[in-house]
Amino acid sequence: MGDLWSGLLQAFWLVITFDPELVEIAGRSLRITLTALVIASLIALPLAALLAVRRFRWRRTVIALMNALMGLPPVVVGLVVYVLLSRSGPFGVMGLLFTPTAMIIAQVIIIVPLIASIAHQSLRELWTEYHDLLISINVTQGQKIRTLLWDARRALLTATLAGFGRAIGEVGAIMIVGGNIDHATRVLTTAIALETGRGDFALALGLGFVLIALAVTVNLAIHWLGRTEREGRW
Amino acid sequence: MVSDLFPMTARQAQTTRRGKVLVGPVDLRLDGGGVAMVIGPNGAGKTTLLHLLHGTARLTSGTIEWACPLEAARNQQSFVFQRPVMLRRTVLENIAYPLRIRGHQRADAYEQARDWADRVGLGAMIDRSALVLSGGEQQKLAIARALITRPRLVFLDEPCASLDGAATREIEQVLQDTREAGTALVMSTHDMGQARRLADRVVFLLHGRVHEEAAANTFFEAPVTTQAAAFLRGDIVE
Ligand SMILES: Nc1ncnc2c1ncn2[C@@H]1O[C@H](COP(=O)(O)OP(=O)(O)O)[C@@H](O)[C@H]1O
Ligand SMILES: [Mg+2]
Repeated sequence: MGDLWSGLLQAFWLVITFDPELVEIAGRSLRITLTALVIASLIALPLAALLAVRRFRWRRTVIALMNALMGLPPVVVGLVVYVLLSRSGPFGVMGLLFTPTAMIIAQVIIIVPLIASIAHQSLRELWTEYHDLLISINVTQGQKIRTLLWDARRALLTATLAGFGRAIGEVGAIMIVGGNIDHATRVLTTAIALETGRGDFALALGLGFVLIALAVTVNLAIHWLGRTEREGRW
Repeated sequence: MVSDLFPMTARQAQTTRRGKVLVGPVDLRLDGGGVAMVIGPNGAGKTTLLHLLHGTARLTSGTIEWACPLEAARNQQSFVFQRPVMLRRTVLENIAYPLRIRGHQRADAYEQARDWADRVGLGAMIDRSALVLSGGEQQKLAIARALITRPRLVFLDEPCASLDGAATREIEQVLQDTREAGTALVMSTHDMGQARRLADRVVFLLHGRVHEEAAANTFFEAPVTTQAAAFLRGDIVE
């Protein structure tokens, strides 16, 4: 209980003093995760829409694979990315290991299946609703996908939020591929793991509270954006 | 718009699903203009026939030919479903949608949509979500959305099923106006009163086949087949 209390106090102190290290770490967390989120969404959302509207040979296989990948242990993703990016690996020459880019790659791999699965679910529902009309109007494949993505945007927002939550709280994979290097790849989660290991529970808790605050703030901000947009239209 | 859609000729047109014939073989000709009313008992194949002619059900054998290439023919038709499909958008955006798909500028599409909303009596609710409309209002929206591209032919599948009398009357008025403007209508109905009020021609469907086809007056006054006569009497026809 004392740890929790002093953690809260320390978090409060770190925040109101704009502790430079905290700001740096939190900023890096946010930057890496948001970058991964944007990239993952650009892959996952069109993929989900395509899987919803298009019948092709491997459709069922891809969907099953996507659902299976959703349960992929992040540590294993980290390990695989590590092997691929390590100096002896196929992409070793690019020198990406222990950089934020490597962490972004790992996060993208972890959240693409998650975002795509959730998005696919709601897009498929919408497609059964819209199917007859859109076929009758003779829309092109691209128009079909754009219509679905636009009209399902609220559900898609929820899907991306789930992706954000998963990515910002992820620790295993980015620890492996990022290395938790001070001033380079240290983010909130890896810093928490480090401070906990060192026995500095107060600082770890402080960082934890900042992490929670960050996640909640981003969630609220996105929901708020979604709501004002909705009220403006409906 | 060019009027090279008609005549449409269906020859031995048939659609099957999992080996079962849903509709056909059907021979049918549409010359354009007026209301062709497809009637028949539940499960006779009215919905399927409409989809088949429109091109949204798969033709498994036979042919359906228009006076112009299929792509051009499709662009001169629209379809109103028994259960209207509402896009999760406002009334105005729903009505404007087909024009947007065809590449019209937003301002132009919305202006025309506003005009059509007025014509079907939805002028006061253009900014509302289409999802909160009543059944009758949704059907009116669907009709406005079907007409905004100025098609030469509109299919309507039981457009007034499950609507109350007032909504039915309003929709029939819109359909009369459309007919008088020269648009051909092919519609199905359950309601023999509606068939009598609107039909120019009647296509009586039974077991997926055209059992009897005639000018509306002739059909209603002197049906040829015993099944058609029985159906008009309100008997159960199997
Ligand atoms: N998706 C479907 N799969 C299999 N059979 C169908 C399907 N849709 C309709 N049918 C069958 O096709 C026949 C014609 O149906 P339908 O065109 O809906 O008739 P109606 O509109 O006259 O009631 C019916 O026997 C119905 O059971
Ligand atoms: Mg039907």
